[in-house]
Amino acid sequence: MSKMNASTKAPSGPTALSLVRGLAFLVIGFLAGAQLVSMIRLAMGLPLYLPWNPKANQYLFTEPAWVLGVVFGTVAFMIGTRVFDDWFRWAKGEATPEHPEAYQPKGFARFLTISYDHKVIGIQYGLVSLLLFLLAGSFALTFRTELAAPGLQFMKEGSNIIGMDGLQFYNTIMSLHGIIMIAAMLAGVAAMSNYLVPLMIGANDMAFPRLNAFSFWVNIPAAIWLVLSMFLGGFDTGWTGYPPLSAKAPLGMQMYFSAMYFVGMSSIFGSLNIIVTIVKLRAKGMSYFKMPIFVWTAFATSIISLTATQLIGLSFQLVMFERLFGMSFFNPVNGGDPILFQHLFWFYSHPAVYVFILTGLGVISELLPVFVRKPLFGYRWVALSSFGIAIVGFLVWAHHMFTSGMAAYLRVPFMYSTLLVAVPTGVKFFSWVATIWEGKMTFQTPMLFVLGAISIFLLGGLSGPPNGVVATDLHVQDTYWIVGHFHATMFGGFVFPFFAAIYYWFPKLTGRMYNERLGKLHFFLMLPAFYLQSLGQMQVGLLGMRRRIADYDAALGIDTSQLLITIAGYAIGIAVLIAVYNFYISAKRGAIAEANPWRSRSPEFMLPSPIPAHNYEQPFEVVGEPYDYGLAGSVYASFKPVKPVDTGELPAGAQPAAAD
Amino acid sequence: MTTHAISPVEYRKKLSANRLGLWLFIVSDAFIFGGLLVSRFYLLGTSERPEVNQVVGLVVTSVLLLSSFFMNRAETAIAHNDRKTFLFSTLITLVLGTIFLIGVVGVEWPISHFDGGAASSLFFTMTGFHAFHVLTGVIFLLVVYRNGRNGHYSAEQHWAVEACAVYWHFVDVVWIFFYPALYLIGLPAL
Repeated sequence: MSKMNASTKAPSGPTALSLVRGLAFLVIGFLAGAQLVSMIRLAMGLPLYLPWNPKANQYLFTEPAWVLGVVFGTVAFMIGTRVFDDWFRWAKGEATPEHPEAYQPKGFARFLTISYDHKVIGIQYGLVSLLLFLLAGSFALTFRTELAAPGLQFMKEGSNIIGMDGLQFYNTIMSLHGIIMIAAMLAGVAAMSNYLVPLMIGANDMAFPRLNAFSFWVNIPAAIWLVLSMFLGGFDTGWTGYPPLSAKAPLGMQMYFSAMYFVGMSSIFGSLNIIVTIVKLRAKGMSYFKMPIFVWTAFATSIISLTATQLIGLSFQLVMFERLFGMSFFNPVNGGDPILFQHLFWFYSHPAVYVFILTGLGVISELLPVFVRKPLFGYRWVALSSFGIAIVGFLVWAHHMFTSGMAAYLRVPFMYSTLLVAVPTGVKFFSWVATIWEGKMTFQTPMLFVLGAISIFLLGGLSGPPNGVVATDLHVQDTYWIVGHFHATMFGGFVFPFFAAIYYWFPKLTGRMYNERLGKLHFFLMLPAFYLQSLGQMQVGLLGMRRRIADYDAALGIDTSQLLITIAGYAIGIAVLIAVYNFYISAKRGAIAEANPWRSRSPEFMLPSPIPAHNYEQPFEVVGEPYDYGLAGSVYASFKPVKPVDTGELPAGAQPAAAD
Repeated sequence: MTTHAISPVEYRKKLSANRLGLWLFIVSDAFIFGGLLVSRFYLLGTSERPEVNQVVGLVVTSVLLLSSFFMNRAETAIAHNDRKTFLFSTLITLVLGTIFLIGVVGVEWPISHFDGGAASSLFFTMTGFHAFHVLTGVIFLLVVYRNGRNGHYSAEQHWAVEACAVYWHFVDVVWIFFYPALYLIGLPAL
């Protein structure tokens, strides 16, 4: 069908409706995989299907059938979207055109179709990220409503919510809130680095455009499996999935593990692509210390994602093997050790938060000089501090395990390494303060979000040492204090910068300006609401509120705070909806944007809005410093005509214009 | 390579990006094998090791090491435009890789009985992960061999052969660490 439609325009390029084809293939692939296991069961003389009985954890197919179905379904989805097509052709020894982009559908359909253009993929990631944010946010509001008053309101034991017991439902959406937010942030990080890195370094695309498309599309089936877990008994482990509970949780647990496996795959290949792009495709004259700060942070985060992600994948896979094959890695009865899981898990999951915040901090450092019209203070130190955070980040994981029963002698070294993170982070803070110092500030929406991010991240940062120090952590472990701290770091380190980035690059993304009034409304609603929520969480935590539970004792005297946290949560939700509305109407009917509304020096703002398909018709040469705002006559990127490069020799670091 | 031929300059630029990409992939992959090794040592001695067959272990290890020699020979041959040696050595590598797979999955697995303990679980998981990588390597070799027979690859342009060789050596190196960790240590006496 889609082949026919597209053949009028695109005889050989990717066709429209990749998403629809992929989903159809996904269903077929899932059924094939699940049926395969069922047939093997039949051959072994076992009943072909189970009854649908969530109470007994039976969902038509057996657990191995579901897992193989998920694997087959994901592969089939990828085949259906035609992400693999060019690779199959290469395996057959055929060559393919470098840029089949000329045959892209117009309008919004572009984003539902496979594309190798890094800008389209960046926006695709961004859309998925926002969607997942909304979903996970709605989960948060659901269980915040339950928590607004002591006692159990509607998630009661014995009540039935989408086939689950009320308390199991609470546990499930609490767990899903965490993990879907993480998937959303990973997608948001990928959105920003995909869209911005090639533009900032003067490349016309990523180093491996097909791998880039693969990295994006594998997220779609992953998101589907993740949401599906709700209807398969859910899971009650929290987002961490610790065994032994996760080895016994309902089928939803398996969906969570398999989904995150594919999300991890996306992270690994996405970051590999970013690193190669940064190392190999920089414009002429752009030495490492002339790269924009955001590129530095993308580099540092990519190193984390590339390596550490394997270990969370491994830890999840080992639990899956426990469940599927009766193996034991974490069960002490058979010689396993549950602490091992926590080591493997946190080896990724702690650095993962630096993946989110480093990207966000990169946006802050990138935007701040533009809006204060001053050079970024201490460029080299800021650039290197990202690597400092990334490297130290690898050495701190066991601070999540002070109370877990791991060897006691490990505590103090991990305490010191944890506190060491404050040093490179402090470098960034001093740089921001010194950059703002005596600057000519203007307060458009992106700048407001940057300032908001700095203030909230400060709150998150200052609430960190009590968790990093063993003596105090023993008291605050698993309380709402941790929840407050974590949300402050994530909002300050990722959410606010992410919104700042969307507003700031909105003209480049859509060719139109966002609505400044709605943008400001978004900010001035979200910032106080967030402070209320986060400080409230810290307060109830210190007063004895445990995290992850559906109920609390009225005698704790925290019900007013809990109610305020819930109200603040709803205010944040409304603010985000305002933002989404703003993006939607501005993309449709906003004022046409000029090429450089912020008077930025960054090369992507030298291009028209929106950016043409093959970014730089003519390569630029870096001749100055990236952040010399306010210095008369300084130039960063020079677009003077250069000699044609195809002389048979490799020019050092240069990137020739698009070959077509 | 006919309709969309690219200039030697473009090819060299792509090649350098491809090389870095492959090495980054290997670094990343090394972490998963590292994680498995760490798990092995973390749980060392907590349960009985499966009854592995030392002869099979020694034979498959030798076969895999030998295959890396032929892989290297294939790559060197194509770099010198020696098509005959290239094809022959690729085929030998392919056969040796397949023998390794049969040795581990077909011979060793049925012998070393799975008892559900941690050491046994890790033995099957580690050999399984590694065998999966060998399998992908064998498929890669098949692709290279088929395309080589169809006249692809030259002394100047043979990235696929190079990638296949690097990947194959990597899988081989992983086994050099896995073999002692699985066969030579962790006797039940511990």
